[in-house]
Amino acid sequence: MIKVQKDDFDINKEIKKITSLNKNIGGTGLFIGNVREGKNSELKSMTLEHYPIMTERQLEKINNEAKARWNLIDSLIIHRYGKLYPGDQIVLVATFSRHRTDALNACEFLIDWLKTKAPFWKLEESNQGSTWVKERNSDLDAANKW
Amino acid sequence: MQIKYFSWVKDQIGQESENITITEQIITVKDLINYLKKKNDKYAKAFADDSVIRCAVNMEVTDLNHKISDNDEIAFFPPMTGG
Repeated sequence: MIKVQKDDFDINKEIKKITSLNKNIGGTGLFIGNVREGKNSELKSMTLEHYPIMTERQLEKINNEAKARWNLIDSLIIHRYGKLYPGDQIVLVATFSRHRTDALNACEFLIDWLKTKAPFWKLEESNQGSTWVKERNSDLDAANKW
Repeated sequence: MQIKYFSWVKDQIGQESENITITEQIITVKDLINYLKKKNDKYAKAFADDSVIRCAVNMEVTDLNHKISDNDEIAFFPPMTGG
């Protein structure tokens, strides 16, 4: 399932909603991304912009790719947009399988791919002004390894 | 043709979207960029370096040689930074 939303999410509730429906889930892979405050607590806020509809479509495609590559019982991606503050949750990737290897690998794959393939852009706001976050080579390398 | 801009491309151009009527000379995304660059300095600056511009045609990421038509939705943005 894909959710693109402004609101925060409750990880425990989201996971239990899925595990309660399928008693064959033996392992859950989990990634949670949070807003970092950076050096000297300089970040005041971060605004995530996205391309509605394309975002959902891209996440769905990435999710389908994960389902094709690994033996997953279910998967969940929640990605927030709007204005967030240091410590806030940005993204949740959860993958569910019978055994841990599929869940863990698929989870890492999903976060690696959505970093560079989901149409989000981050504007960091500090006392020095606002700056759009640039693409990182390490993120490209991580996406390309799959 | 509907054109959308995101992130600093939107900031530099000064608007989120616009409609333009396509002319015969615009066949590819690259042609559209060259057309927009001639509109004014804002566009010229935003599209000064093609290598940092990504594009989507009808919400599918494409390269700049992709052919476009009047009914397409074209989006320009910098590399994506999700997660």
